[in-house]
Amino acid sequence: MSRVDSTHAAGTLESALRARKAAGHKLLIPYITAGLDDQWLLVIEALAGAGADAIEIGIPFSDPMIDGSVIQESSLRALARGTTPDGVLADLSRIDVGVPLVVMTYYNLIYRAGHERIAGVMHQSGVSGAIIPDLPLEEAGVWAQAADPEEVATVLLVAPSTPEDRIGQICERTRGFVYAVGRMGVTGEQAVLADSAREVASRIQALTDLPVCVGIGVSNPEQAASVCEVADGVVVGSALVRRLLEGGGPDGAAEFVGSLRTAIDKG
Amino acid sequence: MTTSETTRPDLIMGDPGPTGRFGEFGGRYVPESLMPACIELETAFREAWADPEFHRELDGILRNYGGRPTPVTECRRFSEHVGVRVFLKREDLAHTGSHKLNNVIGQGLLARRMGKNKLIAETGAGQHGVATATAAALFGMECIVYMGEVDTKRQELNVFRMELLGATVVPVVSGSRTLKDAVNEALRAWVASVDDTHYCLGSVMGPHPYPWMVREFQSVIGEEAREQFRSLLDGSDPDVVVACAGGGSNAAGIFAGFADATSSDLVAVEAAGGAAVTTGIPGVLHGMRSALIQDEAGQILEAESISAGLDYPGIGPEHAHLAEVGRVRYEAADDERVLEAFQLLAKTEGILPALESSHAIAWVMAAAASGELAPGSTVLVNLSGRGDKDVAQVRDILRGRA
Repeated sequence: MSRVDSTHAAGTLESALRARKAAGHKLLIPYITAGLDDQWLLVIEALAGAGADAIEIGIPFSDPMIDGSVIQESSLRALARGTTPDGVLADLSRIDVGVPLVVMTYYNLIYRAGHERIAGVMHQSGVSGAIIPDLPLEEAGVWAQAADPEEVATVLLVAPSTPEDRIGQICERTRGFVYAVGRMGVTGEQAVLADSAREVASRIQALTDLPVCVGIGVSNPEQAASVCEVADGVVVGSALVRRLLEGGGPDGAAEFVGSLRTAIDKG
Repeated sequence: MTTSETTRPDLIMGDPGPTGRFGEFGGRYVPESLMPACIELETAFREAWADPEFHRELDGILRNYGGRPTPVTECRRFSEHVGVRVFLKREDLAHTGSHKLNNVIGQGLLARRMGKNKLIAETGAGQHGVATATAAALFGMECIVYMGEVDTKRQELNVFRMELLGATVVPVVSGSRTLKDAVNEALRAWVASVDDTHYCLGSVMGPHPYPWMVREFQSVIGEEAREQFRSLLDGSDPDVVVACAGGGSNAAGIFAGFADATSSDLVAVEAAGGAAVTTGIPGVLHGMRSALIQDEAGQILEAESISAGLDYPGIGPEHAHLAEVGRVRYEAADDERVLEAFQLLAKTEGILPALESSHAIAWVMAAAASGELAPGSTVLVNLSGRGDKDVAQVRDILRGRA
């Protein structure tokens, strides 16, 4: 398959990421679970201050089937604190950290809230993208129709198992960036970066000019730098959330994300 | 049933097509990592199901190893008690003690055809886990079974049975530690092992093609039962066909023989604490759009039932559809009535039904008592499994009351 340049109008998320890329920066997208503790909004501000290019915010779901033990634990804690999708979005509407906010959640919460309504609330809350890992290309149409007019970018995922023709189709339909799944497995820290992380990024970049960010299994500054030799950026979740679960707070989050920033900028 | 018959689009229980839709329900809501495997599985199943050689091998194993066909038994003393004529389709007599074997032999053969040598499975009561471990032993495959920690305690003997059969049982400690969480954990494990591993899902649920494929593998129950009933009662069909439903595979299997071929009333009985169709709301979980027990925000709630096998907050998508089009009526039975049914069938017929199947019996008793079932009407109940696994649990409950 030949490389296809994107033809859709770039939304706010894509424009922001492309601008950073054009300025020669690698993209750093840390993930946290909303409602994890009473400091989570301060953590978001700290992440922006520490050099995040966008921030992925998990709206907790009772059955996070693509998540490993750390994100499962943070989701349970957040739910036990009474965290709801509407509550998270209302909280986000009260902050402006100067970088795009992208929510990650499971499709049932979207479906239950109603596609149009929740897309509208996301827009009003300053959210410019949504990652819904259990909503693959074939099922994404109804949601994307509601999200597109609200300028909420539907970020689709490509996995190491995705064949080439399918990567092309996903790149056509994704908005904002392409989320490259770094390894065949659930979210969680890995001692060694899987070979598949760099491989999948290369395969996608041969097919699109959209930003390509690798997440799942990228755990530390060294791994982030290695991935960024190939990819446009990285998403780092479990390694950060573990630090928050251990009580690291906004300062600990900023220190860790700062170290990721330094590592990928050196490359 | 012949393959050409099942692919006709005018059928109530037909082929859900490439998108796996039963009306508005079904679909394939899985992470991208699993999409290629689900597509591969659908292709492999369509090819196998159209291949007479596959059917020959499957039918041969079910007959010579699995003990099929299972009989239909008329329950004379129980019938006198309740006032309607009750017949049981005896899936309790199938090898491993439940209908679950029909599905795992089919999926095991399919896994071998796809070159996959490892099986993973979720289990609630342990019946599907035992069946999968059995198929793995028969086919010389590795087997890992995910089981909620709560259920490993409720069904200790089944855990040991699986281990005797060579399987590894992994207690699941996330979430509510029951069947729903075992499915989550099996899906997580499948993402990491999809190259060489087949996920042997135990019910008519999950992403396409599972709901359809598992129903097809279980439809042997309904095909046999319809013909057996006709030969017992001079060519007539039962007034009512009843089955319990958690995920809904035994119900789908027996209904498949009656939904299109007869005008029998069809009744599925859910656990009162996990009645997805009667109290649930459409949503998306475990790869499917179906009826789910959930809160206002869409968080999945825990089901609660005396029977681990029905302790599931959802139901297969085809059931949500059959309820919507009105071909099947969905009822619920509470734990108390289920215990009564369990004991009455044992005392009047010498048959210990599984607690799951006891839900269907309980509804028959209640409907006959209320007059909802006319006196003398004929009722075919799918006795989906035997109750030996539940004896210790029932003893503890009854002793606690003495």
